[in-house]
Amino acid sequence: MITTDILIIGAGPTGLFAVFEAGLLKLKCHLIDALPQPGGQCSEIYPKKPIYDIPAFPEVLAGDLVDNLMKQIAPFQPGFTLGERAETIEKQEDGSFIVTTNKGTQHKAPIVAIAGGLGSFEPRKPPIPNIAHFEDAGVEYIIRDPEIYRDKDVVIAGGGDSALDWSIFLANVASSVTLVHRRNEFRGALDSVEKVQELKNAGAIKLITPAEVSEILGTDRVEGVVVKKEGETLELQCDHFIPLFGLAPKLGPIADWGLEIEKNAIKVNNSLDYQTNIPGVYAIGDVNTYPGKLKLILCGFHEATLMCQSAYQRIFPDKRYVMKYTTVGGVEGFDGSKKEAPKAVIKTID
Amino acid sequence: MDQDITITIIDRANVSHEVLAPTDMNMNLMEMVRSYELVEEGTIGICGGMAMCASCQCYILSEHELPEKSDDEDAMLAEAFHVQENSRLGCQIHIQPSMEGLIVKLAPQE
Repeated sequence: MITTDILIIGAGPTGLFAVFEAGLLKLKCHLIDALPQPGGQCSEIYPKKPIYDIPAFPEVLAGDLVDNLMKQIAPFQPGFTLGERAETIEKQEDGSFIVTTNKGTQHKAPIVAIAGGLGSFEPRKPPIPNIAHFEDAGVEYIIRDPEIYRDKDVVIAGGGDSALDWSIFLANVASSVTLVHRRNEFRGALDSVEKVQELKNAGAIKLITPAEVSEILGTDRVEGVVVKKEGETLELQCDHFIPLFGLAPKLGPIADWGLEIEKNAIKVNNSLDYQTNIPGVYAIGDVNTYPGKLKLILCGFHEATLMCQSAYQRIFPDKRYVMKYTTVGGVEGFDGSKKEAPKAVIKTID
Repeated sequence: MDQDITITIIDRANVSHEVLAPTDMNMNLMEMVRSYELVEEGTIGICGGMAMCASCQCYILSEHELPEKSDDEDAMLAEAFHVQENSRLGCQIHIQPSMEGLIVKLAPQE
């Protein structure tokens, strides 16, 4: 069981900055994120795109913003559970919460701060009528163990990097690989596109374009797919169908935690501290909603700051505290580091 | 309000809305839909308008000549679902006076 003071769900910019503000109050944080790396949308969707409205940064790349936040919070030694989705929350008799991930990792904290952005990133599922019936029975949206495709017939759909990269990889593993894409053009990295072309020429990958998988064949397991190509329909026998259309955020299991949800976001008390209808559970950043809400990183930073002050008072109701400026108080890391403003040098004139 | 134009947006429940759209605020079709709350917040413009999701996909029903697709928009539409010949990403269509009378229908939610 991982224990901490503030358990933050979502390691995007808002969640990361909360670690800093909590650290100033000597509160430890642990973050859970469904993605394998911190940074949320900034890392997953647009790391190379500039952001122009971070105060005092005329321009900063989203990826650089995340790198800077990671540097800024490093002294406070946050813990991370990455690549796991927060699944359930249970309130304990002592008022604390236990949050368990989809992989069974348990976390205990007196405060839970949901900084989940638009939700956890889940694979986009194509609108094939009977696809749900074959999930885990030959339809996989994520490749976890390439060995299960050894000597099998595999159909992959998609036109981006992951469709290309997995087609290349599985060409050496599977008995056959067929890549189906709606366009003749692929938008992956140039060398991946060239490699697929080579494998196609060598007969190691079969390409069907412009085409779409419209139906899955089989009773209990995938036995084949129906492909529509320029008005014609063809049936392909296969053991696995792997649609790779990238990821999209979904609020996911958090929606079932008993929180008040409005407009796909968690309602919070913004006049006070961004607490939800469950005392001790806060929601900050893009995941929350309140009158006048703006989904901006800078607003998330503000909300994280106020949340931490409230969390401190909740954990230590009898302690007196007033906010300190970092320029005055410096930053004392949990790693023993200390940053502070240089003292003025006083010299006398003889 | 002579900077406003009238456009028709058919929502996901097939209800038609005639709305006034400003041409002077660099607004795009996705943002128009959000500003009039024609679909539930959080189901459109998920990537913020970067042509990196297809949540604002719409079908252009009128004969207006629209700005050409960028490579980003074209690539996203290649991966989107429910795509038709007249599919565009609303976030890439910035409201201009020449779009007076435009009619668009929102694609189903993925």
